[in-house]
Amino acid sequence: MSILIDEKTRIIVQGFTGKIGSFHAQDMINYGSNVVGGITPGKGGQQHLGLPVFNTVKQAVQEVGAEASIIFVPPAFAADSIMEAADAGIKYCVSITDGIPTQDMMTVKNFLRRTSVEERMMLTGPNCSGTISPGKSMLGIMPGHIYMPGNVGIVGRSGTLGYEAADQMRLLEIGVSTSVGIGGDPINGSSHRDVLERFEQDDETKVVLMIGEIGGQQEIEAGLFAKEYMSKPLVAYIAGLTAPEGRRMGHAGAIISSAGESAAEKVAMLEELGVTVCPTPSAMGDTVAKVLSEIK
Amino acid sequence: MDIHEYQAKAILADYGVKIAEGGLAHSPEEAVQRAREISGDTWVVKAQIHSGARGKAGGIRICKSHDEVESAAQDLLGKTLVTKQTGSEGKVCGKVYVEAATDIAREIYFCILVERSAERIVMVGCADGGMEIEELVETNPEKVKRIYIEPAVGLQDFQARKMAFALGIETSRLNQAVKTIKGCYRALRDLDANMLEINPLVVTGQGELIALDAKMSFDPNALFRRHQISELCDNSQIDQREVAAADHDLSYIGLDGDIGCMINGAGLAMATMDMIQLAGGEPANFLDVGGGASAERTEKAFRLVLADKGVKAMLVNIFAGINRCDWIAAGVVQAVRSMGAEMKVPLIVRLSGTNVEAGRRIITESGLPIIMAETLADAAGKAVKARNEVVARENGGTS
Repeated sequence: MSILIDEKTRIIVQGFTGKIGSFHAQDMINYGSNVVGGITPGKGGQQHLGLPVFNTVKQAVQEVGAEASIIFVPPAFAADSIMEAADAGIKYCVSITDGIPTQDMMTVKNFLRRTSVEERMMLTGPNCSGTISPGKSMLGIMPGHIYMPGNVGIVGRSGTLGYEAADQMRLLEIGVSTSVGIGGDPINGSSHRDVLERFEQDDETKVVLMIGEIGGQQEIEAGLFAKEYMSKPLVAYIAGLTAPEGRRMGHAGAIISSAGESAAEKVAMLEELGVTVCPTPSAMGDTVAKVLSEIK
Repeated sequence: MDIHEYQAKAILADYGVKIAEGGLAHSPEEAVQRAREISGDTWVVKAQIHSGARGKAGGIRICKSHDEVESAAQDLLGKTLVTKQTGSEGKVCGKVYVEAATDIAREIYFCILVERSAERIVMVGCADGGMEIEELVETNPEKVKRIYIEPAVGLQDFQARKMAFALGIETSRLNQAVKTIKGCYRALRDLDANMLEINPLVVTGQGELIALDAKMSFDPNALFRRHQISELCDNSQIDQREVAAADHDLSYIGLDGDIGCMINGAGLAMATMDMIQLAGGEPANFLDVGGGASAERTEKAFRLVLADKGVKAMLVNIFAGINRCDWIAAGVVQAVRSMGAEMKVPLIVRLSGTNVEAGRRIITESGLPIIMAETLADAAGKAVKARNEVVARENGGTS
């Protein structure tokens, strides 16, 4: 097993015929993801990359049984595309788009909540690198070859720091069940905790690595969840020890604006909650290896 | 993105919030002219810098005559003010706002903001204003009222009334209070602001509600659809290196250390900076070159980092996902060649991810004195070592 996606998951690409959408759709197809088509309003009926283009997500759901969607639509239109996916009955949506206005995300989250938790579309991102279940399916923009199939779940805000973690693990021959990017925005589709809930229920995942950063409270909520409800060990790394207060460190959400949001405070709180915190970013692989060896 | 008090007040006035009579001045003469246009016999001259806590830093002057207005403006204009929010380098005051003095009976705290954890807009108010909200929450948490607004329906009148009563507004002034609160909400929504703070909102001796100070901060992601807000940006209030970076669509933040950094991805950038510190060095900057880093973009990023003359070594750390290591390597080689003698500091490069072998080959075959690193720890260690050698050489002549 894996979480969220596997080799069978039928994927569509929103923003399919654009330059970026085309490039990454092809990359996902090459990886072996089950891409079944794409959406570009006004280009319905055409073929692109050998796959059907639809005008609406609803058509893609009806005609090719789309279950998951990935969004490459520009920031001004991305919120609308996410809501269209939810309305059409897509189960899981990844928004790669960076730069969506915060108030648009507020609207999106409110729109998603109109359905019951069981029926609700899961959204990860925006401003993320996507999700990969190595060897099965890639719904994202990551370099797929650095991920080995295995038993460690990864959830993280940052794209490239997630690659760094996967690469350190690969060099130690540690594989990944699924890696989920939740993105660097202040209001995101799913929190660290939301993803931990999925990993806890996944038989294949033995250990989870959470890669957090400064800003917000999601890492602490995740730590509290792990302490209360998780049987699997949680390893964490928090980026931004050197980040000054009140400055936005690249990610829209990476800003220390109130107490408890700095890396040092998060590390201290996570350690208190029994989470194994990596001492340095270059020790993510080693720390996971150590925790894995203790449970085997 | 932050704006000045006078700009925020102009916006609020448009949304029906009452402000004192006032005008902007760029010179002492203009300040006197503004004072002449304003009725009354007492004026307040306020330094326009992007910071709160200006009063304690001497940025707000009460003046009883036109002469006093002139000398206050004379003193403030061009002055660097250091408040507890500006950092030690302070901010230069380029304009002053001259306002009619307000007869203050009571000060109230009011703020409306997008709260990330609640994913909603929240109003925060306290009947005792004049202090900063952090202090209010600490000293009088029970007096701080928070009202969440449902995104689907927006602010309702009953919520505005509830807030007004919590703020201790007299019944006779309820309508004005509701109008003020609703105006603030509409301004926040219409203009994609993240935060709008009125501290203090004052009740005057005549019982009127006036926004005595105003602070607004806008969502940078929404500026594409708020051109009138983008135009309010005052580059004199921002680190000039950051202004230059923004021109090239690069994300840069200047820091106090001396190891220059160029990294792709915000998380990896923060982690690399942390690694430098753990290796015994200090980063000179945060710089995310982003996804599609072309050779031109790489060169611009290089020049930006090295424009900081305090930089003693430079570290490039790229994990190529969308990027490809060979493109980055070509960009680095091109940047170093075109900078020629300007490139005075040792350069450490670590590449990983897509096309890494091709990238490494391009750098090795270039024959340039570039130090290659394998891992994150190796890169940080080599950067700190190179920096220490430079410093030792610089001190070598004297010691």
